[in-house]
Amino acid sequence: MKHFFASLTAVTWKDLAVEWRSREMLSAMLIFALLVLFIFNFALELDAVTRANVTAGVLWVTFTFAGTLGLNRSMAMEKDRGCLDGLLLAPVDRVAIYCGKALANLLLMLVVAAIVLPVYSILYNINLFQPGLVLVIVLGSIGYTAVGTLLASMAVQARTRDILLPILLFPVVLPLLVAAVKSSSALLQGYPLGESSGWINLLIVYDLIFIAVSLMVFDYVIEE
Amino acid sequence: MMIAARNLVKRFGAKTVLRKLNFEVNAGEFVALLGPNGAGKTTLLRILASLSRPTMGEVTIAGFRLPHQAAAVRLRLGVVSHQPLLYGDLTAEENLRFYGRLYGIPNPGQRIDEVLALIGLGRRRRDLVRTFSRGMQQRLSIGRAILHDPDVLLLDEPHTGLDQDACEMLDTVLRRVAAMNRTVVMTSHDLARADALASRFDILSAGVICASSTRGSLPAGGLLAFYKSALAETVK
Repeated sequence: MKHFFASLTAVTWKDLAVEWRSREMLSAMLIFALLVLFIFNFALELDAVTRANVTAGVLWVTFTFAGTLGLNRSMAMEKDRGCLDGLLLAPVDRVAIYCGKALANLLLMLVVAAIVLPVYSILYNINLFQPGLVLVIVLGSIGYTAVGTLLASMAVQARTRDILLPILLFPVVLPLLVAAVKSSSALLQGYPLGESSGWINLLIVYDLIFIAVSLMVFDYVIEE
Repeated sequence: MMIAARNLVKRFGAKTVLRKLNFEVNAGEFVALLGPNGAGKTTLLRILASLSRPTMGEVTIAGFRLPHQAAAVRLRLGVVSHQPLLYGDLTAEENLRFYGRLYGIPNPGQRIDEVLALIGLGRRRRDLVRTFSRGMQQRLSIGRAILHDPDVLLLDEPHTGLDQDACEMLDTVLRRVAAMNRTVVMTSHDLARADALASRFDILSAGVICASSTRGSLPAGGLLAFYKSALAETVK
């Protein structure tokens, strides 16, 4: 068990250290997220009421598309220099490799969210700093990176990986996105957290199911 | 017997790459696996490295069977391919430290110092790997492969893309590793390099080992004559 956690943290540390040096994923995700926000800002000339209704949708579209860029890059980095073989040759439980990579992806996605939220608040003149919304973003991001890391490791084996990942990922994360958008929307419209507990429970259940599925199948997915 | 592969068959769709191949290596042997492109050398090495599963047949390494005891096999195996398997945005030391943690090496600092000294990269330990030449990356790749002191070293065309100086430096490192009584299997297209390093030569053609000879029992014309006659026999 000690070796499992040592391997998991080693993979996470490695991914974050590589990202800190190259800033390939974070810069791509951030620029893309900010561009999406600006485009929505100019494309939708919104009054205050409509703005409150569409905010949740705009936010989650932004996170989802930016997250896909990061997930693709995260596995492509391993494949391009043969490092994926290096990981698979190590005498570690492959679940530790999955967990390490998923954790690094989650942290990067949360960093993007932490930068996008204040920018969105300024652009749309709306307060997004609510504990309930932060909870929904964290739960949504956990499910998204859990499924995304698994499918990215599947897509990376294909030549058309950049196209393949969104095609595989978006249908699977649809329930997660619906739950995240509905609960975020309710919170932004001023309803108490209890009002959206059904959607939040769905997020938790989705997270648990897809984390469990990913842990069970990663070993088979990553094999040649 | 350090490596024993019996009746290996590997198919990719309709194409059969390995055809009931048998391959055995004793502890301490340095085997050069030679053959034309598409003969199945890399496929065989990937199966031995537990990176690919055979369609049929069985593989035992250091007494452990694949794929059931893959973790035990991986602990005793070092692999060098023509890709470096290193992270360009980490330093040489960080790369080795990362792999050291994956292999659960006790006291990794001391072992990393030893390995960097062995491959002659001690002075560049804090430089990013992407600033290294191809030859230096390949030496570091060998360092990564021997970091956990494996019993078996698998090398897949390690000289690919290296200039003459880098090849000679790589050969020096390989001789040092072989002198530590490690079992080495190296695929190569370079007969001269194989001749200079290996103690046994196996010719792989059309998915089977068609000829095998130790250094002492090579025919009069040397390795080149042996290689040509083995391939000519296969064509017949």
